[in-house]
Amino acid sequence: MDGYAVWAEGLEKRYGEKRALAGFELGVREGTVHGLLGPNGAGKTTAVRILSTLIRLDGGRAMVAGLDVARRPRDVRGRIGLTGQYAAVDEVLTGRQNLEMFGRLFHLGGRRAKRRAEELLEQFDLTDAADNGVGKYSGGMRRRLDLAASMILAPAVLFLDEPTTGLDPRSRGEVWESVRALVAGGTTVLLTTQYLEEADKLASRITVIDQGRAIADDTPDGLKNTVGGDRIEVVVAERADISRVAKVVARVTDAEPEADEGDLRVHAPVTDRVAALTEVARTLQDEGVPVEDIGLRRPSLDDVFLHLTGHRTESPTTQKEEAAA
Amino acid sequence: MSSETWELTGQRSHGRVYWALADCWNVVRRGLTHYQRQPVNIAWQLGFPILSVLLYGYVFGSAMKVPGGGDYRDFLMPGMFVMTMAFGFINTATVVVYDSTKGVIDRFRSMPMAASAVVAGRGVTDLIVACAELTILMLTAFAMGWRPDGGLGFLGAFALLLWLRFALIWLGVWLGLLVPNPEAAGGLFAVAFPLTMISSIYVAPQLMPDWLGVVAAWNPVSSTAAATRELFGSPVGSGDSWVEQHALLMAGVWPVVLTAVFVPLAVRRFQRLSR
Repeated sequence: MDGYAVWAEGLEKRYGEKRALAGFELGVREGTVHGLLGPNGAGKTTAVRILSTLIRLDGGRAMVAGLDVARRPRDVRGRIGLTGQYAAVDEVLTGRQNLEMFGRLFHLGGRRAKRRAEELLEQFDLTDAADNGVGKYSGGMRRRLDLAASMILAPAVLFLDEPTTGLDPRSRGEVWESVRALVAGGTTVLLTTQYLEEADKLASRITVIDQGRAIADDTPDGLKNTVGGDRIEVVVAERADISRVAKVVARVTDAEPEADEGDLRVHAPVTDRVAALTEVARTLQDEGVPVEDIGLRRPSLDDVFLHLTGHRTESPTTQKEEAAA
Repeated sequence: MSSETWELTGQRSHGRVYWALADCWNVVRRGLTHYQRQPVNIAWQLGFPILSVLLYGYVFGSAMKVPGGGDYRDFLMPGMFVMTMAFGFINTATVVVYDSTKGVIDRFRSMPMAASAVVAGRGVTDLIVACAELTILMLTAFAMGWRPDGGLGFLGAFALLLWLRFALIWLGVWLGLLVPNPEAAGGLFAVAFPLTMISSIYVAPQLMPDWLGVVAAWNPVSSTAAATRELFGSPVGSGDSWVEQHALLMAGVWPVVLTAVFVPLAVRRFQRLSR
């Protein structure tokens, strides 16, 4: 367990008949961002709530910052920060009043709580809005204040449970910047997310969780390699052309191509990248099949996810809807 | 990074009791800052009782009578104080449901503060606010011509009103953890309103149909209303039933019963958050 800020083995959590966690394993190295990736209901939030001492575990063992969460929850609480799915800040108080209150509740004492609040307001770029009621803050500002509140003690481990769900892309970028700055300061971050892009951008290692169990644990690149190397991808103009293109791709790559009717995409793994690309392009031109786009790409985490769990995290449309909300 | 290290240092310099009290006070400060930032909330909370007095006292007042004689408005004023204390549990529940659905309670629970302070701080805040509400209402009543007896009786009545409010904090905490969202907490008003009507707050139970009068007389808020009327020297209008004849005793006992019922329920609900 040396070198790990979070260590969990055989974690069990039952709600009636349902096993929310079924022997969940996790190791988060100190000073890294570790992504916990999984669909809704996979057990991400349950795992975070156990590790942050909010709920009791039914079995297994969890260590956070070197302390057993079941035996020494109060000491663990002095070493962690938590940002849940809602911005858990007081909407009536100002940003400054929020941070001062939480600082006093972290037992900093009045004067130090004030100084820490000032520092964090600056660090999270909230100084201008410091004395406005949080009710008037934008979603991104609220999230930043929420992050600042969970950073008051400069925690060894920070849990971020879907920190950007419901944020617009700009606010999401702001939150990502803040997280990077925290890690540069030495904090270990466990980040749960449904957004593959987020895990890809921030995490140096990713655990994929499905039905309460860790089904993969690797670097983003390592995970992508498990679904195979590069792929050739052709986007057609007309749905009717998909089968013709699939035949060509199959002949050139000698592999079974996957066709995505919705996106009008055909793709297949390739070994000799450039030769395959040239060959497919030439054949399609010779046969006169109109093509929108053709190229090589690394598999995305989405492919990894589909490969590992047999289902996608969620459809792109719901992602957009959530971002707009 | 800062030159100062921000670690958990205070924990070591003082004992658990010190921090439990300090945490409680900081939660109270938060609650009071809410009123400081939104003072109009007090006005909203007092709008209903004041409007009730105006409506009942002046619109229906001449048609109302008090058994055993006495001015109806003098009879009504203590009832208004009791009603405000009784409705207070809705304020408690609203804040608790808001904090629990917005994750504020989870944040508190993930911090090294005393868990008891979350609920105790709420309770102390509510009692302080109740004192402020009673003071404003009594001044209003005074302006309308209500002249209570002073001295120990007055203080006793004030204490009994707070005693009822204290007991209902636990009902509020329990409901706040039970209802799913703040909108539902607002709906509690629809339940609370008839419960205060079927009591001696507006009308003496003996003027009601027999069966309803019995229910009204045994309503816990009726005992507080009758007891405070007695202590303020306002018309009481009590009937002959045992519970009405022992209003002072029951005004002390009912809140004990309510506390004994709702503290365990609230604590169990709070502990369920860890499941």
